[in-house]
Amino acid sequence: MSEPQRQTRTIKIDTIARVEGEGALRVTVKNGLVDDVELRIFEPPRFFEAFLQGRHYEELPDIVARICGICPVAYQMSAVHAVESIFGVQVTGALRDLRRLLYCGEWVESHALHVYMLQAPDFLGYESGIAMAKDHAHVVTRGLRIKKAGNALMALLGGRSVHPVSVRVGGFSRAPTRRELNGLTDELLWARDAAVETVRWVAGFHFPDLDPGYTCVALQPRDEYPFNHGLLASSDGLKIPGDEFELHFSETQVAYSTALHCTLHGKRYFVGPLARINLNADRLTPLARAALDGTGVSLPLRNPFHSIIARSVEILFALEESLRLIAQYEPPPAPVEDYQVRPGVGMACTEAPRGILYHRYRVDADGIVREAKIVPPTSQNQGRIEEDLRVFLPHVLDLPDQAAALACERVIRCYDPCISCSTHFLNLEIHREDDAS
Amino acid sequence: MPATGPPRAPHERMNRPKLGVFKFASCDGCQLSILNLEDDLLAVSETLDIAYFPEASSDMREGPYDIALVEGSITTPEDLHRIVSVRERAKVLMTIGACATAGGIQALRNWSDVEAFKQAVYPSPQYIQSLSTSTPISEHVRVDFELWGCPIEKTQLMRVLIDLFAGVQPKLPTHSLCLDCKRRGMVCVLVTKGEPCMGPVTRTGCGVICPSLGRDCYGCFGPSEGAPQGEAFPPNTSSLATQFHHGLQLIPAEVLRRFRGINGYVAPFRKESQTWESRIEETTP
Repeated sequence: MSEPQRQTRTIKIDTIARVEGEGALRVTVKNGLVDDVELRIFEPPRFFEAFLQGRHYEELPDIVARICGICPVAYQMSAVHAVESIFGVQVTGALRDLRRLLYCGEWVESHALHVYMLQAPDFLGYESGIAMAKDHAHVVTRGLRIKKAGNALMALLGGRSVHPVSVRVGGFSRAPTRRELNGLTDELLWARDAAVETVRWVAGFHFPDLDPGYTCVALQPRDEYPFNHGLLASSDGLKIPGDEFELHFSETQVAYSTALHCTLHGKRYFVGPLARINLNADRLTPLARAALDGTGVSLPLRNPFHSIIARSVEILFALEESLRLIAQYEPPPAPVEDYQVRPGVGMACTEAPRGILYHRYRVDADGIVREAKIVPPTSQNQGRIEEDLRVFLPHVLDLPDQAAALACERVIRCYDPCISCSTHFLNLEIHREDDAS
Repeated sequence: MPATGPPRAPHERMNRPKLGVFKFASCDGCQLSILNLEDDLLAVSETLDIAYFPEASSDMREGPYDIALVEGSITTPEDLHRIVSVRERAKVLMTIGACATAGGIQALRNWSDVEAFKQAVYPSPQYIQSLSTSTPISEHVRVDFELWGCPIEKTQLMRVLIDLFAGVQPKLPTHSLCLDCKRRGMVCVLVTKGEPCMGPVTRTGCGVICPSLGRDCYGCFGPSEGAPQGEAFPPNTSSLATQFHHGLQLIPAEVLRRFRGINGYVAPFRKESQTWESRIEETTP
């Protein structure tokens, strides 16, 4: 320790920037070793699970979209799938493809925002994407245009990219025409090529060493890259249907955080783009797979800083997949499947940009929601973030306060934690307890 | 509306107006609408000095700010203090979106027992600090301009910012969505499909997206203001609610839910939902 005379050392940074959320980090150091790491999330609770009780199932897509402006489609998809499992609705063919297409739009928009505006500035030494544009105008403009292509896809299918309005149980309120979708093709082709460049660009960054060892969890469909479907698989060999989530995963509350911690068989695990790639690399589209192989990183990806590579590969995948879905699109006979309302309990997992999003609802005979449970990706990754910091902190404890804090923020940003409903306030406190003093 | 000064030229870097973007209880969607400006984002950052916008930048300065954009509603004891501090540091304070302007979807708690909510959501509710209400910013500090929408419409945001920095009092349309729907020649989803469309009492601004996708408006831009009677004249919610009940055969609980949504806590919608709530209570044995 550089200053043994100090019993405790407190590093404060006022705000963790470029994440969606408010957090504080408290680190205790004993005899130069990291003893305790607590990531505290001070998200003002909004009680969605409570006030969904008593609402009608048809209102779910409009209400749950408001949980997150960055990934509303994920919330809508998990909700409608859960309700469809109660009513016994099968959404197939063109309607299923349209849901994949809408999800592609969200991944492109959300990942491009994170790669270009939130995380890349860390690697190139800027405080923001906007500041980065002064020296790298071409790159930032490229990122914004890719993001815009994702937004355009969401706006065409859903009316707008933040809180789309067309998703409903059984399908959509309106299906697009072929002509409307074809109108996006040129821009998506441009974005696909720009995404190839993006993968090449981020692969050239300098990545700090970190290998905390993960249990990765992601959906794993038989023959496609996951959005809405697939078995819930882990790198340790778990393979279960999504509706058995709660038999294996459980949430616990810790005193220092408003976000619950989710564990798999009592252990912390990892979800998100990097976990998805590790479990599904052989299901990527050809260009995306080739781009991944061209980066020189080998599978499985084990360094959280490589998440920016995983995200960039997924942008490319989603654009390639969009073009495929648009090329084969035949408008469905009706925008929505017929179904009968019936009471029951339904569960579903889908892949939000940040990882597994689980919903469960109990609906009565009138279609009124009586019980709701939602497990977002950030609650699943929160324990992992703490573990990463525990491994990472010894490398930065000798740095000056501000530099140590910034290094920790970089680790947290790898997760793109979406702690919506927050005030962006991170205090990093390092308490040193020295037996010698 | 006369301008009080000439618009600032983009090259006046030294005197660029300072912008702060603040977040309270919300989903981040309105802040994302700023980042979704895409084509204009870099131009905006040239014209304005983005002095505080944690979602986008690690460069955070204390203020004062020429304009503070505030997203989100007030739901915690700490945020009660924080909004006062934001107000003190801002020349102009503008709310963006339904949460900051009307209390947001989380204002559904205002009709419930928040202690029961805590127990429903958290195993250890005693750790959770939360007010029993979710309230709009204007209940706590003076607000200079309110931008409606869940989320806000980014072209409206640009319009208002341009006006403010040109010294012009911003003015956005307050008439009902219905009028714009008619102007666009849309087929009326209320009349032809019998859907409980909130368009007649909802403020225009979204681009008529719900009817254009074949569905009913759910009021995410908040209440319209009556055009003939002038500003701040509430829409005729009771007429629409009666039509939902008698014309479309919605039971009172369904009429109530229609008005108690994204903007349920704002006065015209709140009063209407409470009217139907008392009806339900009268008929419940």
